Amino acid sequence: MTQHTQELRKLIAQELPNLDVVLAWTHGHNSLTSTPLFITTQEDLEKLDSGPMHVQNLAAYLPSLKGRKVGIVTRGCDSRTIIELLQEKLIERKNITIFGISCSGAVNIRAVRRAVNGESVRSVQADGDSITVTTNHGTHTLRMQDVLMDKCYTCTNQTPIIHDHMVIAQTADHVPGDAPQTTLDALDSMEPGERFAFWEEHMDRCIRCYACRNACPLCVCKDSCVAQSRDPHWLDQSDTPREKLMFQAIHALHSAGRCTECGECERACPMGIPVLAMKQALNRRIKHLFDYQAGMDAQSTPPLFMFRQQEENIKERDAR
Amino acid sequence: MPVLEGKELRIVGFLCNWCSYGGADTAGVGRFAQPTDLRIIKLPCTGRVNPLFVVRAFLNGADGVLVSGCHPGDCHYTAGNYYARRRLEVLRELLDVMGINPERFHYTWVSASEGQKWKQVVSDFTARIHALGPAATFTGCPAVTGQIGAAVEIGGIGETGETGMKAAG
Ligand code: SF4
Ligand code: SF4
Ligand code: SF4
Repeated sequence: MTQHTQELRKLIAQELPNLDVVLAWTHGHNSLTSTPLFITTQEDLEKLDSGPMHVQNLAAYLPSLKGRKVGIVTRGCDSRTIIELLQEKLIERKNITIFGISCSGAVNIRAVRRAVNGESVRSVQADGDSITVTTNHGTHTLRMQDVLMDKCYTCTNQTPIIHDHMVIAQTADHVPGDAPQTTLDALDSMEPGERFAFWEEHMDRCIRCYACRNACPLCVCKDSCVAQSRDPHWLDQSDTPREKLMFQAIHALHSAGRCTECGECERACPMGIPVLAMKQALNRRIKHLFDYQAGMDAQSTPPLFMFRQQEENIKERDAR
Repeated sequence: MPVLEGKELRIVGFLCNWCSYGGADTAGVGRFAQPTDLRIIKLPCTGRVNPLFVVRAFLNGADGVLVSGCHPGDCHYTAGNYYARRRLEVLRELLDVMGINPERFHYTWVSASEGQKWKQVVSDFTARIHALGPAATFTGCPAVTGQIGAAVEIGGIGETGETGMKAAG
């Protein structure tokens, strides 16, 4: 257990009597996985763990706990989700106690598996800037910065933007050198036709489980998602990349100007489809057009909820 | 005829009721010759244009999509076209990252009296789409064309059996 984790446990122990539940992480069924932990007693607290292998965005649970006193362990990116939820009045600040932790990156277990050539993983040990993976065939030592989640390479807020308690602020850069190519980088380097083929190939694998949507903290339509509505009938039931890509377009546009790039959609996908890139592209455009980033300021107006008569960065185009 | 090789492409137009539909009507009443590829869908306002209408049109096989409404400041509902402008600008990026050439999409403002301008917009945009040719469709996937049984290449990684499937034909 790291010093970080010890400190975190101590802080939560002090606050626990005033809270209904504290959201944190514990280890999963093996050392590659992590699972959310709902702490209500001191015994639960013993199971708490934190570190680069603990990857879920716990803020996704907050809207369903509205009205209760909730504590939450929060990294920089998660804090942006909290701000976005506050802005949309889906949660109340007075009911939430934020235990901020400074983040050094979250591990992408798919990247780890790829780096060890798909060998069966027995155990993983993350420490500092390296990660040691023991497989059936031997031991691999990987650079942490090569196996992070795509979102970590564009992260600008490792330290939570809002918090009530803070555990060891850390200032070191989590990607000190060269970062590997992200999906969006790869898409950027393609011709439109190649991009279309890229999505065809990936969406062909989609099983329409909607885990990407269910994991998204900002998909709050619950049983009213248009993906499953007959009226309006946005999607038909055919098993085609066309319908599946249409859903990704729906998700991306429904979260345009709201998505904080928390990466939960991509992490949750059981088929390993890189669905975050589309949203990152929209965010990049929104930043350029409206100088806006979601989840930075709960008082600001979302860019698609407003307009300017003269839009500085929008140029009239010709039909030719 | 301006239509290349006498062959039409599929262009969908989303027009607002008050200005651009009126403009198209004016062009018709004035008997201005225009290419015939455009299919017009009339909406109350460009503010009603969900950008997903455009995505849906492309995924259903449109080769081009045109949105046209009242000039900024002239919206019948005051601000619908201002909101539309923001949404449609963001949409361009989505089309781009999806691999649908954003040049296949255009939005513009045409008033009810601008019959001549309407003719120009339709002619120019149609010419642009003809220059780009028919849009790509997802025909390569077995699921789309019904060629199930075509050779499929499967690559797996890791213990959870994450697979990468690729249609070979
Ligand atoms: S769309 Fe994906 S990255 Fe964006 S908020 Fe939802 S889960 Fe997070
Ligand atoms: S995809 Fe859209 S309709 Fe479906 S849950 Fe998300 S925001 Fe709601
Ligand atoms: S989580 Fe993946 S497989 Fe499931 S619907 Fe989303 S993209 Fe498709």
